Amino acid sequence: MIVFKGRPVISGNYKGECLVSHHGMNMLATFKKSILTRSKKAVCMDQDNPDLYKKTISDKIICLPMTIGSTTGGIVIQTAADLGIMPPVLLFSEYIDPLASAGVLVTDIWSGKKIITIDNLGKDFLDVVKDGMTLEVKEDGTVKVLDV
Amino acid sequence: MNLTVEEQEIYDGKDGETLAKVMRTVVSYGDLFGAKRFVPLDKPVHLVTSFGVSMLKPLYEIMDELIESGLKAKMPFTVDPRPLDNNLGDNLVERLVFNLVYGKQKQYESQLMAVGIKDSKAFSCACYMPEVGNVPEKGDILAWSESSAVVYANSVIGARSNRTSAIIDLFCGILGKTPEFGLLTDEGRKADWLIEVKTHSLPPAQVLGSTIGIKVKDEVPFIRGLDRLLTGLSEVQINDYLKDMGAAAASSGAVGLYHVEGITPEVKEQGEKLLKKGAGKYVIDDNEIENTKDAYPVLWRNKAGKPDLCFIGCPHLSLRQLDGWTEALYNSLRQKGLSKLRVKTVLTAAPDVIEKFRQNEEKYAKLKATGALLSTTCALMVMTNPLYKRKKVITNSNKLRTYTTARYYNDNEMLNLLTE
Repeated sequence: MIVFKGRPVISGNYKGECLVSHHGMNMLATFKKSILTRSKKAVCMDQDNPDLYKKTISDKIICLPMTIGSTTGGIVIQTAADLGIMPPVLLFSEYIDPLASAGVLVTDIWSGKKIITIDNLGKDFLDVVKDGMTLEVKEDGTVKVLDV
Repeated sequence: MNLTVEEQEIYDGKDGETLAKVMRTVVSYGDLFGAKRFVPLDKPVHLVTSFGVSMLKPLYEIMDELIESGLKAKMPFTVDPRPLDNNLGDNLVERLVFNLVYGKQKQYESQLMAVGIKDSKAFSCACYMPEVGNVPEKGDILAWSESSAVVYANSVIGARSNRTSAIIDLFCGILGKTPEFGLLTDEGRKADWLIEVKTHSLPPAQVLGSTIGIKVKDEVPFIRGLDRLLTGLSEVQINDYLKDMGAAAASSGAVGLYHVEGITPEVKEQGEKLLKKGAGKYVIDDNEIENTKDAYPVLWRNKAGKPDLCFIGCPHLSLRQLDGWTEALYNSLRQKGLSKLRVKTVLTAAPDVIEKFRQNEEKYAKLKATGALLSTTCALMVMTNPLYKRKKVITNSNKLRTYTTARYYNDNEMLNLLTE
């Protein structure tokens, strides 16, 4: 087991499988189709993100460096959460970016829903985690990688 | 963040729970980025959320709550383009789908009016065009969210805005202030990368921007060698080039500010002092430009055959670009002995820019003669219609390419395709 410690942005406890994006995750490109078609699950449709493209992400812990692209990213996150298709946990290797932070804060303060979010886990984090690994996330910002 | 007495009282709910939530959201946002204080906005906000997509229920609920509490922006603001245009020749089924996707458009525009939009023409991603009128000056503090507008205001004008997220933009407009961090600070505006452009000729703005965005992600590039390639162009032409380059960098990465040696205002004042110690170095040559363009995927279902539709104007065209495309299309058709464009073509610009363009009757008549359509809409939002996936759409915009199935061509390639 390897343990990482980051900064809790939205605190919470969770245990589950992860998917890993080594590229910046473009929230609009990722969720646009799922939101517009009122899909019951989110399949990443960001053609520029080979790590996540066409993978079902809605029930996974997402490990990523940052989010990129359209500044609608925050409202996309809130809408995805409202539809129940937002990944339950976002784990950032870097400090969280303005788009993702707005999304998780507005979802928390205005919609009363928590997307557990931890940032600043370090660049090594994305080298260690792999698709399908089980992670245990703690409210103090600890992330345990159970499969190594 | 350290709040003033007045800010703390708002935070604690003295002026109502809704304004307190607005303040708490923005303070939490500022805290995450190490902001120590609020700074007042010098110019109106510009919102990215212009579209009444039926599924954005949480956004409409927030708007309702703001309106019920009597809250509105302190300065009349601008918004991104409207998503729909009934004059694009869409068939009945396509229109039905549009009405389904954007079923809340009318209601949302009423909400925008209630919270302080400038007027019914204030819909453009290029709000900084003089015709549109949300024009900042160097050093102005802003809280804009449209990524292409933010990167233009920061880089070409020298104003100061973070890439504010949707809804945080409006919250800042209501508060009349924004947390001070990132691109609002001198340190945050220093460059992390020295990008050396060593191409033999001026690269397409969209491909150069895309190459830079992919490399630097959300960091600040200091671009060397581009001034040499822009020599001979007028200031307006250079600004148009930088507009398109910045939009591409912002959509392929998350670039909010770039500096161009010899051209952009802060480099003119500070020169190499803008480069951080230990900044990364990256050379862009002709091969790099070609590699970036070659890597753009073609997502058409049927890759062969003539395109169905062409969009030019993402971000919205300036008046000069509209004039330029009119002349290019008209002259190319004449040279080839053709009367109309071979592909249905839509040029998009701000309502106020199009109004001014139409005042020049000769130019307007030339454009009409080519068969091209003028629209105030957003091509990206038009292409959210799933029926458009069946169409072979071409564009000269990296942003449109990034978010849709549109296929990218350079301006010259586009001109040939439209008039061959």
